[in-house]
Amino acid sequence: MTAMLRARSVSLSFGDTPALRGADFLVDTGEIVAIMGPSGSGKSTLLHCLAGILVPDEGEIHVGGERLDTMGEAARSALRRDRFGFVFQFGQLVPELTAAENVALPLLLSGMRRAEAARRADLRMAELGLDGLGGRRSGELSGGQAQRVALARALVAEPEVIFADEPTGSLDSLTGEQVMDLLVGTAREQGTTVVLVTHDARVAAYADREVMVRDGRVTSPVGTS
Amino acid sequence: MSVPLTLLGLLEREPSHGYDLKRDYDTYFGRGKSLPFGQVYSTLSRLARDGKVVMDEIAAGGGPDRKRYVITDAGATEVNAWLTEPVAAEPHLQSVLFAKVVLALMLDRPAEEYLDTQRRAHLARMRELTEIKRTGGLVDGLLADHGLFHLEADLRWIDTTAARLDALRDQVRS
Repeated sequence: MTAMLRARSVSLSFGDTPALRGADFLVDTGEIVAIMGPSGSGKSTLLHCLAGILVPDEGEIHVGGERLDTMGEAARSALRRDRFGFVFQFGQLVPELTAAENVALPLLLSGMRRAEAARRADLRMAELGLDGLGGRRSGELSGGQAQRVALARALVAEPEVIFADEPTGSLDSLTGEQVMDLLVGTAREQGTTVVLVTHDARVAAYADREVMVRDGRVTSPVGTS
Repeated sequence: MSVPLTLLGLLEREPSHGYDLKRDYDTYFGRGKSLPFGQVYSTLSRLARDGKVVMDEIAAGGGPDRKRYVITDAGATEVNAWLTEPVAAEPHLQSVLFAKVVLALMLDRPAEEYLDTQRRAHLARMRELTEIKRTGGLVDGLLADHGLFHLEADLRWIDTTAARLDALRDQVRS
């Protein structure tokens, strides 16, 4: 196994409040890892640092062989667009766009021609059981449908890593299970690495392993290699 | 709940008479079902036979309450192994886990680490059951769900207890 993501002694404060205090983390290529911990423990902050959304005050973040924390904003933005996919608690679909346009968005931002992006978006939506919903806007979708559209958007560009922050947090348990089945099933098929933040043990049980974050540190085994 | 191991744990804290052991057992672990004196002394006799406790004093007049019991190295090793190993991840473990947590705090052991170990054991079992749900039929899935909901309840108890360890330590060591 090769390391896909590695955090070394990562610290980050918001003003005077430390969120991460020397956190270490490692995930191998194709592995699905759940980050768990109490509210305010720093688990979402760790995910945002791993994804290049936040830059740590200290420590290092490596993606594949590249150092992420020293990249400029433009390079980090390009890396997020080209290699990462994201699923958040409330989907965060663009409300002015249809479901199909939301799914095609990462492909269009990467410069793909509109017709090809639309074709691939349709295919991905069909795989996730979203046939016939492509023309709806987010306000016309149920919570489960909206989250599946968000999942389709995260998967459409076949990213190397998917970051999911409480992806079922706004869903009932059955719908949450469907979303997790789709996320984990697709990730395993494609060999995609998944980093999943959750406080829900039933969601964490879909991962290959879990790590605990407490007071800004990873307190359980940080990796397998 | 293992009465022999719980009594051994109480003895590791300090050498004690049978009466003291019964009182502390009833206070922390009895919860409405006190431990009969007869069971206390029969358990201590077996522990002495197996070399896990010894008697260091027998006051004049004899009688079971005159004997003070002291844990041996073999007994302490058994307590340590019991505290360190996670309990098999099955439903309805709270009383065993509770006893382990209270004794760990009494003995100044890393109760939080024990809870983390238990959490990992529970999550490992939940992963197995989740895989059964993902790949099995409806009946297997519903049976797996039954186990998952119980294990989830245990985990919530583990998280709640972990968050209150400082207060519990103050109470059981006061």
